[in-house]
Amino acid sequence: MGSIFSLQQIINGLQLGAIYALIALGYTMVYGIVRLINFAHGDFFMVGAYAAYGAFYLFNFFLPQGNTMAFAALIMAMLGSGAIALIANKFAYKPLRYKPRLSSLVTAIGVSMLLEYLFSALPFIGPSPRGFPDLLAKHIYHIGPAEISNYVVIDLSVAAVLMIGLTILIQRTPMGRAMRAVSQDKDAAKLMGIDVERVISFTFLIGGSFAGAAGLLAGLTYPRIQPYMGILPGLKAFIAAVLGGIGNIPGAVLGAFIMGLAETFATAFNSLLGEGIAFVILIVVLLLRPNGILGEKTADKI
Amino acid sequence: MDKMKLPKLAIAGAIFYVIVQILIVTGVLNGYFVVIINRSMIFVILAATLNLINGITGQFSLGHMGFAAVGAYVSGTITTLIFKLSPHVFTDNLIFIAAIILGGCAAAVVGFLIGFPSLRLKGDYLAIVTLGFGEIIRTILNNIDYVGGPRGLLGIPKFSDFTVIFLFTFFTIVLLRNLVQSSHGRAMLSIRENELASELSGVNTTHYKVLGFVVGAFFAGIAGGLLAHLLQIAHPTQYGFYASSILLIMVYAGGMGSLTGSIIAAFSLTFLTEGLRVGIDWLRDSVGIPIGTEWTMVIYALLLIFIMLFKTEGFMGMRESKVLIIEEKHV
Repeated sequence: MGSIFSLQQIINGLQLGAIYALIALGYTMVYGIVRLINFAHGDFFMVGAYAAYGAFYLFNFFLPQGNTMAFAALIMAMLGSGAIALIANKFAYKPLRYKPRLSSLVTAIGVSMLLEYLFSALPFIGPSPRGFPDLLAKHIYHIGPAEISNYVVIDLSVAAVLMIGLTILIQRTPMGRAMRAVSQDKDAAKLMGIDVERVISFTFLIGGSFAGAAGLLAGLTYPRIQPYMGILPGLKAFIAAVLGGIGNIPGAVLGAFIMGLAETFATAFNSLLGEGIAFVILIVVLLLRPNGILGEKTADKI
Repeated sequence: MDKMKLPKLAIAGAIFYVIVQILIVTGVLNGYFVVIINRSMIFVILAATLNLINGITGQFSLGHMGFAAVGAYVSGTITTLIFKLSPHVFTDNLIFIAAIILGGCAAAVVGFLIGFPSLRLKGDYLAIVTLGFGEIIRTILNNIDYVGGPRGLLGIPKFSDFTVIFLFTFFTIVLLRNLVQSSHGRAMLSIRENELASELSGVNTTHYKVLGFVVGAFFAGIAGGLLAHLLQIAHPTQYGFYASSILLIMVYAGGMGSLTGSIIAAFSLTFLTEGLRVGIDWLRDSVGIPIGTEWTMVIYALLLIFIMLFKTEGFMGMRESKVLIIEEKHV
């Protein structure tokens, strides 16, 4: 039992949690603003991984290997996923904004299917898994009994930088204030002169690009990418967002780290349990505290 | 006016049965088409019961095929086991039917276990729970060696033929029709239209949501059992997200809340899937264009988005064919 909760496992859990956190942020932001579970969000993550993969082979001709290349791939992953998120919002979600919510939920499933099967149908991508290139040389440091690779440091620091950036964006900028206003009351925000559609597009862009960054980090850390790679991380990140309180940004991060740690410990215990722990957590949360750890109870408006 | 009239639905069912049976006997329909028709009818059960959950009660289940998997594996394991013990018993259709119904019951129990926590709440939690459930059931089946793991459950005796599947489908439709057009059905519809108003009018919304979900899961389990005894194999990948999404398209293409729509959509989409498969094979092998079967799903995904954007009510809307409407007695 001692090995299950070792320092090594905690490090692995935090690393996984950082990736989940970046995905969960997009889920929770979009949910907070348009009350839509964007099922395609996990696929934006997949698009990010492929964008980074494509960028690597494209830039290989003129960029040196190493940090510059990794940074360029990160930018491409974020731009790629952000662009896909914007397109999905414009063509699939926006026309249904004021229709029954079920319609946009079904459309989100459609967008998710479209991305997955289009990527596996396109001949230059294909359904079979591909190895992700080593963007950076791997170094391993020893801390006591545990091993830390520089990938752990990269994953955690990229996630931290993006999260700090997001916090500043939301708390200190006019756009952030508009986002908070829209998430509280869309109609009142509109009456105050906020261009609600622009705020929603911006939210999709940010959420999508965070998922893209997560896609690159996941590709780097678990170097195998395939068109269906987004389904399970997407689901788990969503559960993390529910665990923290859907719509609540710090909650998403907290939930994601809990999820990452729980999954790592459970996998060390039993691999089947590792697969299922997320859903056990989901059922328990729904039974005991459906508003999540940091979520607040809301009453129905009549 | 008191003349006994045969219900229209029975007449329509009998006509369909006799015509297909004549076509089979005269050899107009070969085995390939019979299999497609049988599959279509199984998909009628699945789509119509998913319609009960998604279309009529207004919830959003994404893991309907997971219940079919439960039914397929439970009934398949039972019949395979009995078949191994003594092949002679197996001439008895009753055991087969009992196994199918047990499969349905198992699916209903699972449906209750996952439906209850998520349906108490308002909102979209059911979607995420059922999506997760679909994935979990696949992982579990992949890991239980007794039922074949990733190889699938092999050697299930063939039991589903046209008659058996037809009877099950017919009774499912009759039962669903009666349920939907009863006071229970109206309670379910009221939840879809406005859950809060429905609750304030005294409808026990949780009760009806769980009821609809469990009934749906039960029949999905039955359909899964029929499918397993038709194909003689139950494989984890048959019941994945892919299959559940096709069911969703059937429900929304046919029309949310219209059983007629689900029946038409189940038949047309099953035939369309076969047609696209043949077409893609032809393009690849004869014309030489290197395309894969994934394009079928690309077309379906676009179809789903298109329906939602431009024809949200689907093919039938809320309308039902006259055959499926219970005639009111004039007082």
